[in-house]
Amino acid sequence: MLLNPLVLLANFILVPGLAYGSQLALGALGVTMVYAVLNFSNFSHGEVMSFGAMVTILATYWLQSIGLSISPLPTALLALPVGILGSIGLCLFLDRLVFRFYRHQRASSVTYLIVSIGVMFVIGGLIRFIIGPDDQNFNDGDRFLLKAREFKQMSGLSEGLAIKSSQAITVVTAFIVVAAVFWFLNKTRTGKSMRAYSDNQDLALLSGINPDRVVNITWIITAGLAAVAGTLYGLDKSYKPLVYLHLVLPIFAAAIVGGVGNPLGAIVGGFVIAFSELVLTFAYKKVAAYLFGEGFFGDGLLQILSTDYKFAVSFMILVVVLLVKPTGIFSGKSL
Amino acid sequence: MTFMTGENMVGGYGSANILNCCSIFVDLGEIAVVVGPNGAGKSTAMKAIFGMLNLRGGKISIGGEDITALAPFERVNKGMAFVPQTHNVFTSMTVEENLEMGAFINSGPIAGIMEQIYDLFPVLKEKRHQCAGELSGGQRQQVAVGRALMTEPKLLMLDEPTAGVSPIVMDELFDRIIEVARTGIAVLMVEQNAKQALAIADQGFVLVEGENRYTDSGTALLRNADVRKAFLGTN
Repeated sequence: MLLNPLVLLANFILVPGLAYGSQLALGALGVTMVYAVLNFSNFSHGEVMSFGAMVTILATYWLQSIGLSISPLPTALLALPVGILGSIGLCLFLDRLVFRFYRHQRASSVTYLIVSIGVMFVIGGLIRFIIGPDDQNFNDGDRFLLKAREFKQMSGLSEGLAIKSSQAITVVTAFIVVAAVFWFLNKTRTGKSMRAYSDNQDLALLSGINPDRVVNITWIITAGLAAVAGTLYGLDKSYKPLVYLHLVLPIFAAAIVGGVGNPLGAIVGGFVIAFSELVLTFAYKKVAAYLFGEGFFGDGLLQILSTDYKFAVSFMILVVVLLVKPTGIFSGKSL
Repeated sequence: MTFMTGENMVGGYGSANILNCCSIFVDLGEIAVVVGPNGAGKSTAMKAIFGMLNLRGGKISIGGEDITALAPFERVNKGMAFVPQTHNVFTSMTVEENLEMGAFINSGPIAGIMEQIYDLFPVLKEKRHQCAGELSGGQRQQVAVGRALMTEPKLLMLDEPTAGVSPIVMDELFDRIIEVARTGIAVLMVEQNAKQALAIADQGFVLVEGENRYTDSGTALLRNADVRKAFLGTN
């Protein structure tokens, strides 16, 4: 009778963790690439995600108004390229307007950090001007790939396993995007020149690698990743500007846990943070009831932390990693 | 008319001048060596020639063309290649990727040039898929020189290529550098091992306090009694 508790865990931890982890991984990949190439912690990344999602949502509304749909998939997937272009435009514009100035000054990383926080607030304000602070429900695709009731009927178990279509789309899209980014970084000349520039800036200049080009391509990829991550998160959990401000913390935690500057680390870090949050805030009462019988541990929910404290999990992991292994799991650059 | 000339260069970091009217030149197919005591401005002169230091005076030209105002990566396009003393390989990338990055400005096929580099440094071919950061000091220097040669330069500049390698490896590196020069490339290098370096040099420069103290052919400098006593530690 181990199956019921396992399905329970899969339903509430494994499936949501894979989806949330993919979203964090995509976000952290963007943060880590900016850190690797441009050498600063870009706190405005969460708002860039939000901006990309916003443009996608507006494009989705327009597509819906002219009656275009790719049902059962959400229309947002069709609108996603517009969102990607939107956030690429935003990032390149911000680089011209703000970051390039500090790059030419060879500003310290602390200056950059403060600047990026300023940029974060400006983008955040812009988003609230355009789309407002409220929830936007734009997911018009099929809700479920697998319904809990169907699963119960199929398996005959008393616990159900539900897979939302947005979760499946998230994992599949994230996998494709991450594979494409790794292929680009490891196999193409431009990708290799980005790694070279990140490895040794002076030597890259000596080799005739044009720094402006590397910087632009980094922004393009980062912005693209941000738009995809932001849209997937919005599809999965509904879009609300404030949420993206909060998302910056777990994303940075993910990048640092994995080893900031290391793309593979960002992916692993994303899943580490996502699963830690879920594992620590899950109420194990029902699982214990299956394993040890009802009421074995009394009436408690058997929850380590209330879900209200889920951000504390990222903070705790962040502090522990910075104390014990500041370079992260995959030994990125130390902050 | 020599291929590359840096005439009367004046410059330094901040307000102080490190180079005070220093002139360095080298011709195609020849090896020019810059020697001198610590702090004489040898490495600074190299940086100035490559455009990594703003000059307050003097002029640098290559093949008759004035390049004093060009940025380093533009000088790469003019046929210059520079191997810095330290941090001269991409440590997180494989040997092959290092060479590939060296040929970045070359949009054509690079397999042929890479094969030539592997012929020159056979050990690199063996380790082509290994990270450059995992190699020994001597092998790293070979990667560094190989990377610079991938641009098919007309002028190869080396800043202390034998720093921190064993004497045997040093001899081997010098042999390779001679081979490189024989292919018609101008080689300009700064060296601590003055005696061995001047022995293979067509042209030698002894710098002191940012000025040319002696300028002559390598063999003439080796025979010069003053140079021997003051800079080579022999009689």
